[in-house]
Amino acid sequence: MEEEKRRELVEVLADDARRPAEDLARMLGVSTDEVKDEIEALEDEGVLRGYTAVVDWEEFDDDRAEAYVEVNVSLDRETDYVEIADRIARFPEVTSLTLVSGNYDFGLVVEGDSMNDVSAFVSEKVAPVPEITQTVTHFVMDKYKERGFSMGDGDDDERLSVSP
Amino acid sequence: MKDGNWSGEIAERVRTVPPSGIRRFFELAEEQEDVISLGVGEPDFSAPWSAREAGIASLETGKTSYTANRGRRELREEIASDARRHGLEYSPEDEIIVTTGVSEGVDLAFRALFDPGDTVAVAQPTYVSYEPGVTFAGAEPLAVPTRAEDEFKLTYDALRDAGAENADGLIYCYPNNPTGAVMTREELRGVAEFCRENDLVVLADEVYADLTYGGKHASVATLDGMRERTVVFNGFSKTYAMTGTRLGYALGPSDAVGAMNRIHQYTMLSAPTTAQYMAIEALRRCGDDVEEMRQEYNRRRNLVLSRLDEIGMDCFEAKGAFYVFPKVPDGDDETFAEELLKQEEVAAVPGSVFGEGGEGHLRMSYATGKDELKEAMDRIEGFVARNY
Repeated sequence: MEEEKRRELVEVLADDARRPAEDLARMLGVSTDEVKDEIEALEDEGVLRGYTAVVDWEEFDDDRAEAYVEVNVSLDRETDYVEIADRIARFPEVTSLTLVSGNYDFGLVVEGDSMNDVSAFVSEKVAPVPEITQTVTHFVMDKYKERGFSMGDGDDDERLSVSP
Repeated sequence: MKDGNWSGEIAERVRTVPPSGIRRFFELAEEQEDVISLGVGEPDFSAPWSAREAGIASLETGKTSYTANRGRRELREEIASDARRHGLEYSPEDEIIVTTGVSEGVDLAFRALFDPGDTVAVAQPTYVSYEPGVTFAGAEPLAVPTRAEDEFKLTYDALRDAGAENADGLIYCYPNNPTGAVMTREELRGVAEFCRENDLVVLADEVYADLTYGGKHASVATLDGMRERTVVFNGFSKTYAMTGTRLGYALGPSDAVGAMNRIHQYTMLSAPTTAQYMAIEALRRCGDDVEEMRQEYNRRRNLVLSRLDEIGMDCFEAKGAFYVFPKVPDGDDETFAEELLKQEEVAAVPGSVFGEGGEGHLRMSYATGKDELKEAMDRIEGFVARNY
C-alpha cells in the first residue's frame, strides 16, 4: 500500500477502529484484501497496539474510581526510567503511564473498583518501589472528554432535511 | 389594493418567479420521520471550534457594532493572502468586499453590473438562486445546459450552442452544486476564450474551491485577459462549515467591486460583525480543520461512488463539493426521488430542479455521517433492485 494511503488508514482507524475492512477499502479506494494485509502488517510492526471501546462508565452505573498519580523518582547508575516504568506498567491497575517534563517524572492513570482500591494500590504497590520518592494522587471527580469523545450529550443535527 | 388583497401589488418580476423546486421536495421530506437525507446542501460538521470561540470572544468584548462597508480591514487582508493560494491577487483596499454570504455578493453583482434587458448566461444544472437573482435584478437569464457526456463541464460549444454570444455576462459555479463537477485550468480555457471574444463579464462562484479532490482548484480569473472581466466569489459556508453565520466575499476589479459596494453600503451596510471575527480566526488558524474535513468528505465520496458503481447507477467521478450526480435508471428523476423517499425514506433531490441538463439525474449529498451514508446506499440498492 502506498505511503499516503497507509497514513490515511492509520488516521481513520485512530478515529474509528470498528469500521469494517470493506468500508475502509471503499473509502481509501483500495481492495479489501489490501486493507486486511496492511492492518496485519501495522499490527506486526507495533504501530497498531490494540483496539478498545471508549466507555462512559457513569452512564453504565458503574462506580469505578480513577486517579491521576504524579510520581517522582530518583535515578542511580544502575536504574533508568525505563526500568522503573516497566515495573509499574505491569500492574493491570495502571491503564496509562507516561514520562513527563515538569515537576514530577511519571504520570499514571490508575483504575480500581473504588477509591479505597486505588488508594491501597498506590500506597502498597507504587509508593514502596525503592526509586520512587513521592506520589501525589488526584481522584477523578467527573469526566467530560476522553480520547476525543465528549461525555456530554451530542449535538443534534439541526439542518433542514433538504436545502439548496 | 382592495380588501387586503395583495395579488395586484406584488411586483411582476417577483410574481413570475416560481418557488424553488427544492422547497417542494423539502416539504415532502418533512412529512416523513426518520428520513436519511442526502438532500442537504451544507456541511454536517460544525464550524471549527476556534472560529466559534473567536465569535464568542468578540461578543464578550462587545464587538457588536457595524464594520466598514467592505468588511473589517484585517479580514480583507487575510482574504487577500488566502486567495493567493489559488493564484488570485487582489488588493484589500478596493478589490475585495465582504458580503452576507456569497448569495449577497452574487445579488450585488447582478444588480450592479447588469441593466434591465441585459442577458446573463447561467450554466446549468445550477445552484437554484442564480436565475431568480438575474430576474430580480431586471435582467434576463439565458440557460446554458452542460451535458453528462462532458461530465457537466462548461465548454465553448455549450456557450455557443445556447446563443450566449449576445449575452452580457455569465455566471457559473465550479466545483459545482449540484453535480460535483470541477473544471481544470485547461478546461476553463474554452470558457475564457468565449467570454473574451464576446465580451462577457464572468461571475465565478468558487465557494467550493477548497473542496476539490485529487487535483487543485483553478480559477478562471487566473487565465490571460480574464482578471479584468471576472468577479470571483468565495465564502466561509462550505470550507469552514459556517453556513449559518452568513459570510462570503467577492474579489474583482475595483470598478466592479466599487459598484457592488455602492448597493451594499445602502442596503446591507456591512456583513455580520460576529461572523467577520469568526472568519478572521478561520483564515488564520483553521487550515488543518479544513484539510481534515476535506479528507473526510473524500472518503465518503469514494464510499458512495463505489457503491453506486456496484448498484449499477451510472455516475461520472465528481471531483468537487460534496455531491455526486448519478443517472437514474429510467431517466425519470422526479419519480425516482419521490418513490425513494416514500419506500425507503431516503431523500435525494431530483436533478431537474437544478435546470436544463439536470433531468434524469439525482443530486446526492455526501455531507452526512458514514454510517448513515452506508445505510442510505443499502436502501438505494434494494430500491433499485426491486423497482428497476
